[in-house]
Amino acid sequence: MSGTLKLALKYIVYNQFKSLILIGCIFLTALLPIAIKLLLWQFNEKILSRADATPIVIGVTGSRLDLALHALYFKTQSPGDVRMGETTRIRESGLANPIPINSKFTARKYPIVGTTVDYFEFRELQLSTGTLFAMLGECVLGASVADALQLRVGDQLLSDRENVLDIAGLYPLKMRVVGILAPSQSADDHAVFVDLKTVWVIAGFGHGHQDLANETDAGKILARTDGRIIASAAVLPFTEVTAENLESFHFHGDSEQFPLTAIIAIPPDVKSQTLLEGQYDVGDQALQFVRPAETVRELMEMVFQIKLFFDANAILIAISTLLLLVLVVMLSLRLRQREMQTMFKIGCSRGTIAMLQCWELAIVFAIAMVLVAVAAWGIWSISGDLVESLLLRT
Amino acid sequence: MITINHLRFRYPDSEFQLVIDELQISAGEKVAIVGPSGSGKTTLLNLLAGISVPEAGQLRVGGIELGQLSDAQRRNFRISNIGFVFQQFELIDYLSASDNILLPYAINSTLNLNREIRQESLARATAMGLSSKLARLPSQLSQGEQQRVAVCRALINRPKLILADEPTGNLDPANKRLILEILFEQATANGQTLIVVTHDLGILAGFDRTIDFNLFRIANAAVESVT
Repeated sequence: MSGTLKLALKYIVYNQFKSLILIGCIFLTALLPIAIKLLLWQFNEKILSRADATPIVIGVTGSRLDLALHALYFKTQSPGDVRMGETTRIRESGLANPIPINSKFTARKYPIVGTTVDYFEFRELQLSTGTLFAMLGECVLGASVADALQLRVGDQLLSDRENVLDIAGLYPLKMRVVGILAPSQSADDHAVFVDLKTVWVIAGFGHGHQDLANETDAGKILARTDGRIIASAAVLPFTEVTAENLESFHFHGDSEQFPLTAIIAIPPDVKSQTLLEGQYDVGDQALQFVRPAETVRELMEMVFQIKLFFDANAILIAISTLLLLVLVVMLSLRLRQREMQTMFKIGCSRGTIAMLQCWELAIVFAIAMVLVAVAAWGIWSISGDLVESLLLRT
Repeated sequence: MITINHLRFRYPDSEFQLVIDELQISAGEKVAIVGPSGSGKTTLLNLLAGISVPEAGQLRVGGIELGQLSDAQRRNFRISNIGFVFQQFELIDYLSASDNILLPYAINSTLNLNREIRQESLARATAMGLSSKLARLPSQLSQGEQQRVAVCRALINRPKLILADEPTGNLDPANKRLILEILFEQATANGQTLIVVTHDLGILAGFDRTIDFNLFRIANAAVESVT
């Protein structure tokens, strides 16, 4: 090891506090833009990969971004309800395979996603244990939900009440866990999947209750007219679907009119996609046809525009840190004048003294850069989860 | 060893001028320089070490005309021929006593620190009672110990000329005696020339000669100071 390098190391070790402050300044200045770049890159990758894998989303006219993010991440509010009949219409047109989505309710704060089994095939989701839902009231948990709530197949999960103070409101439904998905590092890990009919039961379109045909309690029957029975509020709906009460569950109204929050459409080819798009362009203006990839890219373009301000900010911070470092070095040189003079008197060249200073700065920079690299690696390794949780919080 | 003829020196932006018409110091001689502050004692040491360059006149040390050397040559001359001891010890605070002693080798690539030098410096430090203090920082040493470390550092490159600028100025009487004894002993043992600048007239007895800048009078030489 060269003599000056050894001296520089000893100086840094001796002046730990000052060196740590300098290292900290450089570390933070360098890490900030790198962290933003890494997180943004990860955000871009994550959001685009899911958007790219979702060809078309159909929903009520409104914010395209809200609709796309709702269909992709189940978190943002959908602009409105689309009827189930639209799914039937798309399927019958032969232009796309529609996958209905209804995600309005939550269970222990996790979104309940009413859909069909086609969704699992479409997203290539695998079960780690159990089966897919086959019966009313059954649910399949995303891996993170099962992990966070410590639920296993056979356990039960209650849907959240919309408003605990509204006694006339919807009853929560006790769902039975029949399957748990393998982790997919996506929004699906954080969702509770049920059949559409289950979600419609939660929404109050369907219910089950005791048989009233032979009910004699006048307090439960308000009227019997032409084969219709009008029950009083004393007849409580079942809050759990069991083998025994399954037969009693029924829906009021036309299921084609029941609500969805979005429809994912998978056209077989570009021609079908174009034709389908045309139908929404010239047809029903109450509905819209959204390509999530395009919508998300527009969002990301805006995000990258905003990032330019962060970049400019980072450059200004870097310049001010550099000026601060120059000031610190100059003050340090003044404080160390006697030391330099002594070295000069005993035969040290001014070049060697300058080299000593350079080594000290280089070591400080090197330590800061190593720390930046370690921190960047740390950020990178958690950035996937971080971005995922960020996306799911929107 | 040292020959000075018609030497003139002035610091930039200063009224002070050092003029020495003639001065000769023999090899192995032990010389004390006394005089009031600002009379040019330290300036003479700087000139002899090649740190400053005379404006005019002849300044030969060990047969080398210092005024004709380049900066790098004077630096090499200094590192090879001069051992410097300072009043404030001037130890590097972030280096251990051992590292301070070896400092000339760390900052000059022309010197090669071999085992012989290391053993010699260790033996010298041991002889000066520093063997158990070598790992300590200067702040953990007494003033006398610090000055002994400084003397060890000055002697490590086996200089022909030892220049000491008020080496006893900050020491108590016991350490003062000890440091002078060490300097005399080392200079005598190795045939080195010793020049000590001092204000302390009580230590002059051991020197071969005293140059008095106060009286502008030197035995066997003529020194003039113009202010």
